[in-house]
Amino acid sequence: MEHALSLFMRSIFADNMIFAYFLGMCSYLAVSKNVKTSAGLGVAVTFVLIVTLPVNYLLQTKVLDPLNLGYLSFILFIAVIAAIVQLVEMIVEKFSPSLYASLGIFLPLIAVNCAIMGGSLFMQQRIGLPDADPKAITGLFDAFVYALGSGIGWFMAIVCLAGIREKMEYNDVPKPLQGLGITFITVGLMALAFMCFSGLNI
Amino acid sequence: MLSQKTKDTLLGPLNANNPVVVQILGICSALAVTVQLKPALVMGIAVTIIVAMANVIVSLIRNTIPMRVRIIVQLVVVAALVTLVSEVLKAFAYDVAMQLSVYLGLIITNCILMGRLEAFAMTNKPWDSFLDGLGNGLGYAIILVIVAVVRELLGSGQLLGFQIIPQSFYNAGYENNGMMLMPAMALILVGCVIWVHRSINDKEGK
Repeated sequence: MEHALSLFMRSIFADNMIFAYFLGMCSYLAVSKNVKTSAGLGVAVTFVLIVTLPVNYLLQTKVLDPLNLGYLSFILFIAVIAAIVQLVEMIVEKFSPSLYASLGIFLPLIAVNCAIMGGSLFMQQRIGLPDADPKAITGLFDAFVYALGSGIGWFMAIVCLAGIREKMEYNDVPKPLQGLGITFITVGLMALAFMCFSGLNI
Repeated sequence: MLSQKTKDTLLGPLNANNPVVVQILGICSALAVTVQLKPALVMGIAVTIIVAMANVIVSLIRNTIPMRVRIIVQLVVVAALVTLVSEVLKAFAYDVAMQLSVYLGLIITNCILMGRLEAFAMTNKPWDSFLDGLGNGLGYAIILVIVAVVRELLGSGQLLGFQIIPQSFYNAGYENNGMMLMPAMALILVGCVIWVHRSINDKEGK
């Protein structure tokens, strides 16, 4: 239990998907213009993560490893992710058309969101770690906890950035730096702030 | 030698239509592998090869792909190519493959690939698609190399593992800028590259 808690906190703060590994940057930069849409995307990413990561964990440990088919993992993972994203898209369209409209093109693009694929690939790496390592994923529950933590970390990062960008609308930014340039620098400064979590240990 | 159109297809992405700083594609890996020049170079080459090949393959089968399942088809083509490249790298350049770690696998979800496949290869002939893939891959590699040179030179005083900043500088009190090795600086540097790129291109536009 202690291990799971430590894994959870680490994946939110110290191993934050955005600030430590730059995963899911494309949609992170493109959708973070207002808080409401970005929160929607954050929830969608979290949901897809907590569904796909345990599924991929089971595939990796129960199918690929015993059969020695490790080299097929890329194709298998991406197929699982694409299928589940399709499912989420249909659910969102049915139950929340307004969210569906505002997420627009980015919902299908979650399939190619690096945070999702990256989560699965990091999970694959961490299976091999010794049990005592705070980053190790030792079972299905750990995989779930890691997915939840990474998703929440991503959600938090995108909502924070959206909040800052809403305020920045009124700032006088040099012209060539407007839009994308200043956003990058903002994210850089946020990443600096997040670095103070890097020694976090529970 | 080349007609104007093919020239534009090949050279446009290098500067005016650069995939990283203008189209904002493939940022994730661009930031993550640029601590040192060597992994950045390998990554740039790997992406260039994969984009060009994937563009050709998808362009060849574009008329037989049903519209509704095209994303899956594209992903499978790309995933197969990435698997090939990653196995080759593991065989011949194991240390670099380990340095790139998950980011090699993440080429699959690199937006440059999906973006170019969707926007170009699905509607163009194989040869044009090949040039487009080559151009975009190189455009991506250029940005990687620029950021990696700055980070490795200022962060550890080396390029490709060779000491560039002489020992006498260190004796005189010069110190490596550890900040450059942090993830945060990659973001700020790319921000600056975008800044410079835009201000230069705006002047040319006038």
